[in-house]
Amino acid sequence: MSVFTTIIKQLINGLQSGSIYALVALGYSMVYGIIMLLNFAHGDVIMVGAYIAWMMMARFAANPIIALIAAVIGCTVLGVLIEKAAYKPLRQSPRISLLITAIGVSYFLENVAQLVFGANAHVIPTFIDDTPIQLGQIAIPTTALITVIVAGISMVALNVLVKKTRMGKAMRAVSEDAGAAQLMGININNTISFTFAVGSALAGIGSVLYCCAYPKATPTMGSMLGLKAFVAAVLGGIGSIPGAMAGGFAIGIAEALVSSAGLSEWKDGVVFAILIVVLLVKPTGLMGRPMTEKV
Amino acid sequence: MNKLVKEPSYNLIPERDLGKTPILECRRIGIDFGGLSAVDEFTIAIGRTEICGIIGPNGAGKTTIFNLLTNVYRPTRGSILVNGVDTLGMTTDEVNRRGVARTFQNIRLFKDLTVEENVLIGLHNSMNYSVASSMLRLPKYWKQEKEARERVRELLHIFHMENMTAQQAGSLPYGAQRRLEIVRSLATNPGILLLDEPAAGMNPSETAELMETIRKIRDEFHIAIMLIEHDMKLVMGICEGIAVLNYGRIIAKGTPDEIRNNPVVIEAYLGKEDE
Repeated sequence: MSVFTTIIKQLINGLQSGSIYALVALGYSMVYGIIMLLNFAHGDVIMVGAYIAWMMMARFAANPIIALIAAVIGCTVLGVLIEKAAYKPLRQSPRISLLITAIGVSYFLENVAQLVFGANAHVIPTFIDDTPIQLGQIAIPTTALITVIVAGISMVALNVLVKKTRMGKAMRAVSEDAGAAQLMGININNTISFTFAVGSALAGIGSVLYCCAYPKATPTMGSMLGLKAFVAAVLGGIGSIPGAMAGGFAIGIAEALVSSAGLSEWKDGVVFAILIVVLLVKPTGLMGRPMTEKV
Repeated sequence: MNKLVKEPSYNLIPERDLGKTPILECRRIGIDFGGLSAVDEFTIAIGRTEICGIIGPNGAGKTTIFNLLTNVYRPTRGSILVNGVDTLGMTTDEVNRRGVARTFQNIRLFKDLTVEENVLIGLHNSMNYSVASSMLRLPKYWKQEKEARERVRELLHIFHMENMTAQQAGSLPYGAQRRLEIVRSLATNPGILLLDEPAAGMNPSETAELMETIRKIRDEFHIAIMLIEHDMKLVMGICEGIAVLNYGRIIAKGTPDEIRNNPVVIEAYLGKEDE
């Protein structure tokens, strides 16, 4: 019985971190889908989101909802700014230049954060009453429940956006054939900016949810979270939206199961082992499109 | 922008379109690729309801012309006027919004999207609701989406595709994919439709049907059509004016009858006799 409850408990933990990975992985996948760029600055957008949440709650004693909204707005603006300033001028350049620029932007954000906020962690006050909800023998932490619900709502909203609106269809059209989309009157620049905005907004939500679980902000917090979300995106098939969601949950649950086996120090290793295996066995991921070179 | 310079007329604008601004006008456009001029001295004006054809041997620069007209390539020389407005400096999507739509020689549908979604992409600019109104599901969103979907149904109905709405575009049979490309272009509400080898890969009966379709588009949508085609029967059958291109230059212009009997054209296609 106790083994069973432990596993359930770890699964809940897995769902909690998995939904955060999924939100972040969506940003990676959407941006990759539209401009074939692995946006390694994406993790650092989350870091900025966490600092915004910290500032709002610790400095201005704002309500968590307001902090969430501020983080989402801040991340969205930052994401679009990064795209306009760093990636747009390189639209015609080889992909490797874009990739290196993304790494540069990542270091830039980390160092600016260190300059402004210092290298020490800023602790975010607990903002959710963490009395677990008892379901028989299983205690579900409130943070886990809120995280999964908020992430779930965000993903449903994203799905509606992508499937049922003109902007979403434009995104899918541009990611399939940017040239043809433009000849049908779609403004590519607006569509790319919009994709960055949506991906970064999801990162903003992810950052606040992450702070529920690990309530502190540090300048480098985004890099490991970003890398794991990147693994999730690759596992699901980079460029694929449902793939990113599935990949995120899979990585979260894999981590939790490794921990529940008493091997928590192997957690990160297992995630990267998954990356290696995926790249060896099925580089297009679970739901990715088969790679076809355009002629 | 709209220069009122009288240029010598090289045009074949049909009588009914005379006296109106041509939907498309090219004034001595040319483009060089690495010192090699791919198109040069291309001058033409298309009437608002004209069906015009561009023919010429392979590599004569026909598709290059389409890429110039849609600003995919920037001309090295000359100017292009859409509806009397110079398109210099416009992006491809702006040119589309000004009224130029096209199809592709090698079909470029959004294969992962459904038939309906492909046409909705064409209608993108006819809707203007915001992200907020779509997320909050405000009446504006519903109204515009509903109107767009009705328009999609109308357009698909004209081309006998209304029963394929939910299918993935990539899974359609070849002929239907060609038709869907035309529907998608028409959805952008163009003044001129550029068709790049619309009959490629079609059998004679499909080609005959396509000719009917092209005429129907002109008559129902009141737009001009410019087509590149190798199928002489189609070109001679529906075009009012034909321009013959060889090595990037227009070598002849005229009605189908004039072109058919033009010795320069015959030479370009068949080679010179006695040599």
